[in-house]
Parts: sequence; structure tokens; C-alpha cells
Amino acid sequence: MTQTDAFRETGEDRLLRLLASGWIFLLLVGLIAIFSLLRPAQFGSGYNIQQLAINAAIILVLAVGQTYVIISNGIDLSIGSVLVFCSVVSAEIMLALSGAAGTTFGTTSAGWGVILLGSLAAVATGIAWGLLNGFLVAVAKIPALIVTLGTLGMALGGAQILSGGTDVRAMPELLVTHVGSGRIFGIPALVMIAVLVVLVAGLVLHFTRFGLHTYAVGSNMEGARRSGIDVTRQTMAVYALSGGMAGIAAVMSNARFATTTINGHAMDNLTTISAVVLGGTSLFGGVGSVFGTVVGVFIPIILLNGFVILGIPPFWQTVAMGAVLILAVWIDQLKRRLRKRG
Amino acid sequence: MPEPILQATGITRTFGHVQALRGVDFKVMPGEIVALIGDNGAGKSTLVKILSGADRADGGEIRIDGTPARFGSPAEAQAAGIATVYQDLALAPDLPPAENLFLGRERLKPGLLGRLGMLDRQAMRAESAKVFETLGVNLKSHRVPVDTLSGGQRQSVAIARAAMWAEKIVFLDEPTAALGVVQTARVLELAKRVRDSGTSVVLISHNMPQVLEVADRIHVLRLGESVANLRPAETTVDGLVREMTSGTREGFTP
Repeated sequence: MTQTDAFRETGEDRLLRLLASGWIFLLLVGLIAIFSLLRPAQFGSGYNIQQLAINAAIILVLAVGQTYVIISNGIDLSIGSVLVFCSVVSAEIMLALSGAAGTTFGTTSAGWGVILLGSLAAVATGIAWGLLNGFLVAVAKIPALIVTLGTLGMALGGAQILSGGTDVRAMPELLVTHVGSGRIFGIPALVMIAVLVVLVAGLVLHFTRFGLHTYAVGSNMEGARRSGIDVTRQTMAVYALSGGMAGIAAVMSNARFATTTINGHAMDNLTTISAVVLGGTSLFGGVGSVFGTVVGVFIPIILLNGFVILGIPPFWQTVAMGAVLILAVWIDQLKRRLRKRG
Repeated sequence: MPEPILQATGITRTFGHVQALRGVDFKVMPGEIVALIGDNGAGKSTLVKILSGADRADGGEIRIDGTPARFGSPAEAQAAGIATVYQDLALAPDLPPAENLFLGRERLKPGLLGRLGMLDRQAMRAESAKVFETLGVNLKSHRVPVDTLSGGQRQSVAIARAAMWAEKIVFLDEPTAALGVVQTARVLELAKRVRDSGTSVVLISHNMPQVLEVADRIHVLRLGESVANLRPAETTVDGLVREMTSGTREGFTP
């Protein structure tokens, strides 16, 4: 066998690789198959599938950012709070620009220009929080767990200060009807945004230099530094990306619920972390994929939906998810141990 | 006689009260394997760090191809064609060999896609296959993370990476310290191939028989001084040990 032959993957290799990383995908397919067989009319209905996708959309965008952070061997606990902060900033800017500052509920007649500015402000605010996280982690060398726990509190508190503690309930009518519950080519706009984000983030992670450097920094930071990669810049960029995703998710959340949701995102960090880990991304960094995260986001959503349709008390979903999460991390560690030995 | 690629004269380095290097003269000729040996504390690591840009000398001069050089960082030494493989290898364990070879110097697709940072994986895989073939590194698979390779293969990937980017000199810091007999032989064979491809090798080692077998020239350090400069044919393991333990500066012929 010559060297060039060794560069081609044999069918057996590929099967092994898919089985090792694909069991969680098989679990998802299995869940869908079981629920569709048991309740084809309800579970498989177009309406139900759409609702599932809409429920997943916002978490999916957040989880994509979390995937980058965890692959780079970091963690971002602040994303839910950053989302809330961005949504308040965005909502108040849109209110002020449409000359209705202080309105407490209802819809405003703000035009697309105002909505665009509000959305850009949300994303920019998210990136700013992300840069702060990245700076504290990469330059000040404070552990990511502590940094993002700190900014979690700061962003949430900041949102409450800005809004006086009550949600901003007045959103532009156009945003709510066209983005929140609107459709593009028959597909809910929120789902469309999430699909776009997932596609672009997946392409960047798996096919570009930026993505490769994210893996390298998570795999061996010192090695990456000695290979000439600007580790500080890369780390800051990854946290900024996560913050930017929280900004996009903030716009989606405002559009969907027609209000800011200050108290609605406390669990987003844990939900996204467990989705990312379920999807085969290693908490030790260096390994992971956006596709895995998509699967990891859908498993709890499908599980909850299926339980509700089957009439099983939905509380069981929480129990099942906890077990699946522990199983996922256990399998990841087994894989690493096997790999070391092989 | 050809001119040395690297010539260091009178290198000194002090840490507090400890004089780690007291005027070391060291040179590397084109296309040779120089073994750098010495007891613990003889100054091998300090010298290598200075020559590869990881540390600065207090005194003395370094010339690369006859022109004085001063390395402020390992990156500057790398730019001058000098790379070091440390014992920790500095590979990204989760990435495949080709990605590791090109880490920090990735090939991008031509045109707009490349502008956007799109990697040209095919080019990188083909090029690294060629490098591995030239150097005689045989890897079972090129798709798996380097973490799944054996210790010798990981070492080979790290050496291949250094040789690929350093056209002048590769420093190998105890490359076989953690390896078994067969893997050690492979790594030494690789060092010879690197030399034959035109890049000189500086081999830091504790293993005397190994040094006698593979090196073209042996440079002995003792207590921060150069004490011997020998051809393997002129000496034996006993002779080397004698130089390491009781050699003096007077016995050194540059």
C-alpha cells in the first residue's frame, strides 16, 4: 500500500467512525420512529413538526455559538443573560427610534429601518459581551467558568437596570408578524434564520482556517501557540461569536414572544451545554461538530413532545434527559480511553 | 571546507549565581547530524533554547550563513529556517497528521473561497503524503487524530513537521527518550532522512551507543563549556563518558 492509498478511507473505517460518533443520531432517529409509529396522526402532522422546529430555533442559534466555545476548550454560561440584555437594548432602541419611548405594551408601527437598527444593536451588544468574556479568559487568564458566571450576573442585572425590572412589552408590529410568526417560502421565518445560521456556522467550523484554529486551540493551546496561531485572538473571536449568536437569538426571541423575556432564559446555558455535549462535542475541547449539536438540540424537544402526545407526565422528560446527558459524557470518556490505548 | 550554516561563538548565559554557559562554541555544517551530549546540568537545554530563540544569550555571537543573527522569539528562529521538536511535541492530538503538519500555515483554496478562509484540504493531504513518503514515515491511516498513533509515529509527525518548515536546521530534544527499541530505530532513520533531504539535524541525547551510530559529529558539553568535538569513528562509549565527566576546555578543537 502506498502512502496515497492510505489517504483514502476504507468503507470499514467510515462505518466505525459513524457508529462511534453517530449513536446519538441513531437515538434521535429511533425516537422519531417510535413516536411516529405510536401516534402517526399527531406526532407526524405538519403542524406538530413545524412547532417542533420553531421551538428549537432560538436554542439552536445559541447552541451553535456554545459549540464553538466548547470545541475551543471553553464554556459560556452567560449566553442566556446576554440574550436577555441584548433583547432589552434592542427593544428600547426600537421604541425610542419610533418615538414611543416609555410605551409599556402593545405594538408599535416602527418600519423596517428601525427594526434593522434594533437588530444590529442586539448583535453588536452580544459581540461586545462576548469580547469582554474572551478578554477576561484569554488575556486576564481567569477560568472561563468563573468569567462567564460573572458576566451571567452582570448581563442579567444590567438588563433589569435598563428596563427597570419589568419586561419591555411593546415591539414593532412588522417584527412580530413577519419574523415572529411569518413565513418565507412556506417555512416559518424563525426556522429559516436558524437554518441559515446553522449552515454558515457549520461551513465555517468544518471548512475554514478559522474553524481549524478553533479545534487546534481546544486540542492543545500551547501547541497551537507554538505553531504560530494567535491563540488570544482566536479565543476572543470564539467568545465574540457566541455573544453575537446570543444577539441574533435575542432578536428572534423578541419577534416570537412580542416582549422581552427577562426571566425566561435562566436555563439556556445548561440546555445548550447539554445539547452540545449530547451531540458528541467533547467538554475537553478539540472535538465536535455543528451537526451533532443540531441532533443534541432536537433530542430533548422530541422527547418532551412525544411524552406529551403519549400522555406520559412531561416531568419524565427531565429525568430522561439527565440520564441521556450522563450517558453521553460517559461514552465520550470511553471513546477517549479507547483511543489512547489504540 | 564549506561554511557552517550556524556558528555560535563564546555563548554565555547566567541565571543568578549559576553560570549555565561559560563561552560555548558550537557550529552546524550543512547536511550533517550533530549530536549534542553532556551530563545533566551541562547546559544542553540552555544552549538549544538560545539557538532556537526561546532564550537569549548574555554574551557571544550567533551567525547564520555567516551573517550575525539575534532571535527574540522561536518564531524569529523559525523564520530563519530553524525549528525545534521538544519532548512534548506540541501537536494537536485531536487533529489528523496532515492538519498538524500545516497548522498555522494552512493552504487555502485559490480565489474568492480562499479569501474567505476556505481550506484546501486536498492539497494539504497530498502534500503531507509526499512529505511522509520522502521521509519514510509510514502511517496506518491519515484520517485519524494523531492521538491514536503510537508514540514513535507521533514523534515522526512532529519531526516531519519541523523538517517541512525548517530548511536549515532541526533541533531534536531527546526524541527517543520515551520510545521502545523498534520505534527508536525508526525515529533515528527519520533523522537520517531529514539530513539526506538537506536539513541539518542537532540531536540532543543521553544514549551513547545511539549517538555513535547515527551522528556525523559529536559535540560534548561539560559544566557549561565545550569540551570535545569528535567524529564517531574516533571514539567509543567509554571515550564519550570520559569527556562528559572529566573533559576540559583545553581538549576542545572547534
